[in-house]
Amino acid sequence: MSERKAILQVKGLQTSFFTDDGVIPAVDNIDFSVHEGEVLGIVGESGCGKSVTSLSIMGLVPSPPGKITGGKILFGDKELTKLSDKEMRNVRGNDVAMIFQEPMTSLNPLFTIGNQLMEAILIHKKGWSKKQASARAVEMLTLVGLPRADELMKEYPHQLSGGMRQRVMIAMALVCDPKVLIADEPTTALDVTIQAQILALMKDLNERLNTAVLLITHDLGVVAETCERVVVMYAGQIVEEGPVQTIFKDPQHPYTKGLLQSVPDMRYKKQRLYSIPGNVPKPGSVNTGCRFAARCEFAFDKCLTQNPDLYQTATVHKTRCFLYEDQEVSTHDRTLVES
Amino acid sequence: MVGFAPKPSDVVAQQDKVAGPWHEAWRSFKKSKVAVVGAGIVLFFIIVAFIGPWIAPQGINEQNLPNRLQAPSFDHWFGTDDMGRDILSRIIHGARISLWVGFFSVIGSVIAGSILGIVAGYYGKWVDAIISRIFDIMLAFPSILLAIAVVSVLGPSLQNALIAIAIINIPNFGRLIRSKVLSIKEEEYITSAKAIGMQDIRILFSHILPNSMAPVIVQGTLAIATAIIEAAALGFLGLGAEAPAPEWGKMLADSKMYLINAPWTMIFPGIAIMLTVLGFNLMGDGLRDALDPRMKS
Repeated sequence: MSERKAILQVKGLQTSFFTDDGVIPAVDNIDFSVHEGEVLGIVGESGCGKSVTSLSIMGLVPSPPGKITGGKILFGDKELTKLSDKEMRNVRGNDVAMIFQEPMTSLNPLFTIGNQLMEAILIHKKGWSKKQASARAVEMLTLVGLPRADELMKEYPHQLSGGMRQRVMIAMALVCDPKVLIADEPTTALDVTIQAQILALMKDLNERLNTAVLLITHDLGVVAETCERVVVMYAGQIVEEGPVQTIFKDPQHPYTKGLLQSVPDMRYKKQRLYSIPGNVPKPGSVNTGCRFAARCEFAFDKCLTQNPDLYQTATVHKTRCFLYEDQEVSTHDRTLVES
Repeated sequence: MVGFAPKPSDVVAQQDKVAGPWHEAWRSFKKSKVAVVGAGIVLFFIIVAFIGPWIAPQGINEQNLPNRLQAPSFDHWFGTDDMGRDILSRIIHGARISLWVGFFSVIGSVIAGSILGIVAGYYGKWVDAIISRIFDIMLAFPSILLAIAVVSVLGPSLQNALIAIAIINIPNFGRLIRSKVLSIKEEEYITSAKAIGMQDIRILFSHILPNSMAPVIVQGTLAIATAIIEAAALGFLGLGAEAPAPEWGKMLADSKMYLINAPWTMIFPGIAIMLTVLGFNLMGDGLRDALDPRMKS
């Protein structure tokens, strides 16, 4: 596997919400990196901190009550958490862009598609004329596979279907050639056939434009189809990280195993579908021990008192579980293998 | 690449010509007969106000003392007042005053209320607390009382009545816009505007403000009606337009001595006020239905 440069590195990121019930650490000390041109998936149940992670990268955590309380987010050599508002605005859309879950509400209902696309272009391309921007907008609409781009420019969001709107959102996000595209559940609100089209489009654009994609989803099917590497999050922490094949073939963390077992499989349709008992704990409510211990069938005494580290279980695979404590592969081996 | 080209199902059939949201509102406004009648009345008074000096049979102040308190006749359709002035002419001229006060006081309150409401809603925290408390205090007074207080400070004149009416209406618009901004700033298109790197101030004015306008237009139309009544009330109390000005409220006040002998001195200015206010109210209701997203099929 050829090693690619990491363009976006998240190091020890901590994002907390300061509420009346105390400080809630929605994202707690997570590390991961996005490499040039790759598709990285972040998977997890609702409320495990996926969206907060992406908003933290964009610097869009609703504040108050949210705040990044620790860690670094490095884009190239820029430290995103340290940038001023103005510098951060320059990064958004230009270096890192984002698309959202709800294509029906992500476009301003009062303005035409063309208007909004051109606005997105002219924010960053200061010297451009309206004509240039309009040409670029049409080019982007064509690139995302929308027919009759010229007419679409004059249409309003309500005249488009959900799938078309999500294509417009992708066009808008990619209009300034960002290095990283964060897609927060981009297909959740769409029906299955459109879902497949949008994923195929994203994968295709990822290959053609070499834009790295950080795909946030709760849908393992989506991950299997599109991602190269996967980060599994649980209650604000990363519990497992590795290439998509090994995660699916050889899941290690009991949570990942549980998630994979709860995907319906036609081969075992007589059996009752597995579900992980219990719910994701409220962030901040589990302070001692492993956060998954209460729902884990393998939990033993140590799990209730200490939180495991992320153990390197294979060259490119990490798991946060005491079951793998002894199997840890030293990082020394890793550098040997990768070089 | 499989699935790259959109399936036909992905393309919404679009036969009719491109229609913006405002265009659609206009279409649904036209469907309501009552609203169109209201708009017609309003339009009628606006035209009267514009061409008044040319169509009025007499000047505002042409006194004809031998002809005082004449009942309606062919010479004087609406009769004459205590100074022998033609009431029809005065009402025609008065339309200009009433509409002027109505429009400009509301424009004043909309501008001031929008700025305060947007700032309060978008920035929140202590800014919101201060602005909202001021609104609360202003709304604690009966509005006409507040208007009287403002006019007594500024001195009675038509212009000061207009200012007073504008001031007392600020909190209504301010609150309306504040609540609208609060809900719109949570919309996903605002987050996505931020995600493409747009500035706060630009988001405020190019995304949040236009999307908050629908209820303001409705409230504004209805507020013109109230403002006209308030101006008439201030005129009636002697706190508005000064003596020879043909302000409808003032005409009502002047007629109170001749109520029994010459009721037309009161009836016609009263009808004029009533009709204008009715027109604006009907139009406002129609606009509310047209602009309310819940009414859309």
